[in-house]
Amino acid sequence: MSQSRKKPKKSSATREETEAGILGAILTKYVGTAGAVIPILQESQEALGCLRPQTIETLALGIGVPASQIYGVVTFYSQFRLTPIGKHLCKVCHGTACHVSGATEVGEAILDQLHVDEGGTTADGRFTVQSVACLGCCSLAPVMMIDEETHGRLTPDRARKVLREV
Amino acid sequence: MTNTSRREGLLVQTGLKPARTQVVVGLGSCGIAAGGQKVRSALSEAIERKALPIQLRETGCVGMCYREVLVDVFDPQGKRFTYGNVTPERVERLVTDHFESGRPVRDWLVRSPEEPLADDSFFAKQKRIVLRNCGIINPESLAEYRARDGYQALEKVLRQMKPEEVIQAVRDSGLRGRGGAGFPTGLKWQFARGAKGEKKYLICNGDEGDPGAFMDRSVLEGDPHTVIEGMLIAAYGIGADEGYLYVRAEYPLAVRRLRKAIADATMAGFLGEHILGSMLTACGSKFSFQLHVKEGAGAFVCGEETALMASIEGQRGMPRLRPPFPATSGLWGKPTNINNVETYANVPWILLHGPQAFADLGTQKSKGSKVFALAGKIARGGLVEVPMGITIGEVIFEIGGGIKDGRAFKAVQMGGPSGGCIPASLADTMIDYESVTQTGAIMGSGGMVVLDETACMVEIARFFLDFTQKESCGKCTFCRIGTKRMLEILTRITQGQGQEGDIELLYDLADKIKTSSLCGLGQTAPNPVLTTLRYFREEYEAHIREKRCPAHYCRKLLVYRIDSDLCTGCTACTHACPTQAISGVVKQPHLIDQTRCIQCGSCVAKCRFDAVKTQ
Ligand SMILES: Cc1cc2nc3c(=O)[nH]c(=O)nc-3n(C[C@H](O)[C@H](O)[C@H](O)COP(=O)(O)O)c2cc1C
Ligand code: FES
Repeated sequence: MSQSRKKPKKSSATREETEAGILGAILTKYVGTAGAVIPILQESQEALGCLRPQTIETLALGIGVPASQIYGVVTFYSQFRLTPIGKHLCKVCHGTACHVSGATEVGEAILDQLHVDEGGTTADGRFTVQSVACLGCCSLAPVMMIDEETHGRLTPDRARKVLREV
Repeated sequence: MTNTSRREGLLVQTGLKPARTQVVVGLGSCGIAAGGQKVRSALSEAIERKALPIQLRETGCVGMCYREVLVDVFDPQGKRFTYGNVTPERVERLVTDHFESGRPVRDWLVRSPEEPLADDSFFAKQKRIVLRNCGIINPESLAEYRARDGYQALEKVLRQMKPEEVIQAVRDSGLRGRGGAGFPTGLKWQFARGAKGEKKYLICNGDEGDPGAFMDRSVLEGDPHTVIEGMLIAAYGIGADEGYLYVRAEYPLAVRRLRKAIADATMAGFLGEHILGSMLTACGSKFSFQLHVKEGAGAFVCGEETALMASIEGQRGMPRLRPPFPATSGLWGKPTNINNVETYANVPWILLHGPQAFADLGTQKSKGSKVFALAGKIARGGLVEVPMGITIGEVIFEIGGGIKDGRAFKAVQMGGPSGGCIPASLADTMIDYESVTQTGAIMGSGGMVVLDETACMVEIARFFLDFTQKESCGKCTFCRIGTKRMLEILTRITQGQGQEGDIELLYDLADKIKTSSLCGLGQTAPNPVLTTLRYFREEYEAHIREKRCPAHYCRKLLVYRIDSDLCTGCTACTHACPTQAISGVVKQPHLIDQTRCIQCGSCVAKCRFDAVKTQ
């Protein structure tokens, strides 16, 4: 499923068709499973990058609930996004352990290096920077996670270096 | 085969009792973050290249996160050498000196069977029940878990004990919930067992939202079968046939290992339909249990039990009023038992070793051991498990090795956003539910963030209010708006805009938020402010009256100067300064114009020579 995201988009019609196919497959998988809204949204976002209004409409129809209910869920949980993100997601930890170990300075260095605001995406679409509260690697604080990889014991300089090497 | 010889066989088969040299790499999230995979590849490459008769294995977190990457070497006699701070570059020498020539590299050892080392004190006072397998077995191997008595407690329970007897044993052990509130676990199970209804659910709370806490992550990543076995025993006790393991979104490795553990346990007949084959249990019927993993989607409040259940049902994770308690009406309105990861992880040990062995540890009202995550300004940050009744000072100084960089111990934050800061003067406080609560903090789930003299306590309080204010679900007015007002006041104090009367206003709001919030989030949100006001009121007053931050932390209250001896005149700071307050000639010391400086700290961050000083 994630492969179809990387396919070149020939025309918008093809994209819509692929999206309908992807969502159809996800919905079918959860037919008859109670309380499946969140896993359905998680898998849809994983496959499509974000949850666009059209996606939410399709899912609402498929699940058989009003779109407003899906929006309610999507906006409640911080994992869900309504707009696309950059190629790499950089989560900067501002949990307690990281906060007292200099996460503020590390966070500033990252935003400065990439010329973005907190939560924003770089102009070239390579990075989206997000601040999170605790990645569970507190003993290596301060910590950031780029995609699935965690980097610990950061200093502003080390953080810049990690970003350059991505 | 007798039980003992079967165990011996398994131990050798799985490599837990080595017949030849074993090398074990710690690959928990922390080990991986420190570069564990690279070390593993380097080791594997060297062992293959030299065709050494060595078995390479992996394990979860041992707890010595401050020494990651950790590599254990077991020689054929079973002697264990532990290397710390291993890098791919160090692998070559380990291989030639230790593996090939049998000469351990003493300088890099952190534990050795041949001589006492400084790091031994990290383990001396620990008592490992929950973590008994973490850092020893391969978490992805059911065989290794079984070799360490895994699923023996379940077999014993199903064959020999009635559900009521299981519940009685847990009651006798004195086990209390490790998720924060400390409710007696056996009693909770009894309520769920006694609740009317055919269908009952069992939930494991692995949401672990407190920033600064990583106990549940380490257990789920390091020994997933223990949690599953604990849940199975609980399910048998209360009469549940279906369960959910709710894990937070930020723990992908834990989710992966749990899924594998569930699949393996199902294959082996420990989970699913008719557990242990067609065997009739001690109550004369067959026992089945289905277990599902649910991934959270990022909301702190979903750690609260009623919100968590709403989240499993696919709704917004909003808490609701209790009663009815989950035991009578929980998931989809059915009787439900919910416990924390660590609570369940204690259960197999208790049933195997008997409730008395557990009750022998700890204090009168708090039995057994507790896992803590040590982080912040502590020399040895990591995961420790200590008997209840040990003092905070013993944990921080004897196990944790004291404060980093030789600084002074100021306070320890316990219980996360619901907890508080315990000052250094109360280091003799015993770790048990009641004593910790008396300080104004709470035992919480086990996060201990240690603060040194450079921490500003007003800023710490502001930090937590910022967190709770963002995470409030918005249902209760005082939690939604009251926390916002408290945050505004705290922010203004740290920025030098504090006013007379602010402290009284904080007390007033704290009282109202505590008394008029529905769930634990609001009821405890003011705790970080209340404890810092209780023990560090003079810091608040210095900020408000003298516009001074005694810890030199709050930027807006600092004066920035450039040390002319250290400044090389590289001009980096002049470019960083948003108000052009810094002037100077290239290669000459620079100067900050105090009338233009807005105390943003950009120059400090930019300077590579540590030449910008604050007062
Ligand atoms: C805001 C809030 C967050 C909570 N977060 C967690 C959590 O992350 N993990 C947990 O086990 N319990 C958490 N709890 C406590 C649960 O509501 C519940 O009491 C606990 O899971 C019961 O398990 P125990 O009896 O084994 O401790 C939280 C409570 C509140 C009010
Ligand atoms: S506080 Fe940053 S990883 Fe836990």
